[in-house]
Amino acid sequence: MGELTLGQYYPVDSVLHRLDPRVKFVGTIVYIVGLFQVRGVFGYLFAAAVLLLLIFLSKVPFRFILKSLKPVFFLLIITMLFNVLLTPGTVLWKWWILRITKEGLRQAVTMGLRLVFLVCGSSIMTLTTTPNALTDAMERLFSFLKIIRVPVHEIAMMMSIALRFIPILTEELDKIKKAQMARGADFESGGVIRRLKAMIPLLVPLFVSAFRRANDLAMAMEARCYHGGSGRTQMKPLRYRRRDAAAYILMAVFLGICIVFRITGL
Amino acid sequence: MPIIRAEHLGFDYVKFNDDNETEERVNAVKNVDLSVERGSFIAILGHNGSGKSTLAKQINALLIPTEGTMWVDGINTSEEQELWKVRQKAGMVFQNPDNQIIGTVVDEDVAFGPENLGIETEDIWLRVEDALKSVGMLGFRDRSPNRLSGGQKQRVAIAGVVAMHPDCIVLDEPTAMLDPNGRREVLEAVKELNRREHVTVILITHYMEEVVFADHVIVMDKGSIILQGTPREIFSQVETLKKYRLSVPQATELAYELRQSGCGLPEDILTSEELVEALCRLN
Repeated sequence: MGELTLGQYYPVDSVLHRLDPRVKFVGTIVYIVGLFQVRGVFGYLFAAAVLLLLIFLSKVPFRFILKSLKPVFFLLIITMLFNVLLTPGTVLWKWWILRITKEGLRQAVTMGLRLVFLVCGSSIMTLTTTPNALTDAMERLFSFLKIIRVPVHEIAMMMSIALRFIPILTEELDKIKKAQMARGADFESGGVIRRLKAMIPLLVPLFVSAFRRANDLAMAMEARCYHGGSGRTQMKPLRYRRRDAAAYILMAVFLGICIVFRITGL
Repeated sequence: MPIIRAEHLGFDYVKFNDDNETEERVNAVKNVDLSVERGSFIAILGHNGSGKSTLAKQINALLIPTEGTMWVDGINTSEEQELWKVRQKAGMVFQNPDNQIIGTVVDEDVAFGPENLGIETEDIWLRVEDALKSVGMLGFRDRSPNRLSGGQKQRVAIAGVVAMHPDCIVLDEPTAMLDPNGRREVLEAVKELNRREHVTVILITHYMEEVVFADHVIVMDKGSIILQGTPREIFSQVETLKKYRLSVPQATELAYELRQSGCGLPEDILTSEELVEALCRLN
């Protein structure tokens, strides 16, 4: 338990870990955009090479990157299956209503690769950035939305408080569960409906306690002079360094190359 | 000039019904006069519902008195434009350590108050370091608060208040949820702050042992102050305290019982060391 359950931050010291979280956030988006530009074999090889280089630079063990694919495994299989079976084109193999086309195979492979690269690319960001730094980055990147009165600071504050309380509430849920089991509650047997119903005596006390905590926390924040984002300074403000500028330039180069691949169709 | 002064202070909790009409009015604090000198260590004793927490929250302007006036360093807490100044001058530490830590890293949490005050980044770093040092938690600055013990968390919470450079710290039952070890840690940290940094401390508690160190003790019951004085003066009145269902420190209790059965012990024994000495002198 603890922070391990939140996000999947892998604490080592690497170039990628030291980059400004804003750079990593923008970089992930740039990578995804670039990924959807390339089409040909060489384009995908290029995207794969960039990904491998990033993984190498991040010093995160390869299996941690693969682990991030687990939740999307079924999505991946289904996407590929549909693409193989439902794309019209030159038929290679046919049985009953099922047929495999050349175009379908091609499509399935490209979609599958895109999905794998996309998930791996974004997991490099979450593995090298603490959830808090990401929240900070998003607050700064989206601060332009303040013009149209989006409460950017407040949303970011809510996110970081949520991050802080997730482990506390998980622990509490565990405690409540044990307390109810001690009184004979049964969470394991019965059908889906019965099991869902058994959750009620867990959720009600959890919510009551969460509200009480929220009330206490609001009071503690006010006692420490919290009055929203205006006039607030930061202990660890985000500052761009030279390596961040270099990263932005490399991103532009990457995007340029991807566009070249798209135009030439390689 | 006293750092905290209250005159005829009263507070009513008002409960509204669905039509926004007053349904119930609970008089939590009534007619309290209070004067706290700068640099002193005050303890407020009382049962649950005696109004001690309500009184504490009025010092920090979390509650505004419905009757009478409260001054913190000469500022009337009812003046809305002075609200943040009052809260900076009188910091507050609450009972549950988990529910008052905002940051996901210890030093970021301590920085929360100074950040709200708009302190420059370099100054925040200095303040955080000093504050953590003053409660002996500097070695934990990069840790997650979730990994700390209750006493350590509470010391972080105290550091969070200290970093705001308050004149006075109000602690509302800071040890109620801690084990004996944590209780000792927190109490030591508070005493140290009072002794070394001359911060005025107002400690609210129902543990009699914690009151012994105070310069001045205030006993509350049903919203009013019923007894005031030095710990010795208060605890020599064992019978009065018992009438209000309050206990006395163990050593005092034992001395009282011995005196009842005819031992010639003095009335103002507070600690076991004093009791030992008095007993030895009997022979």
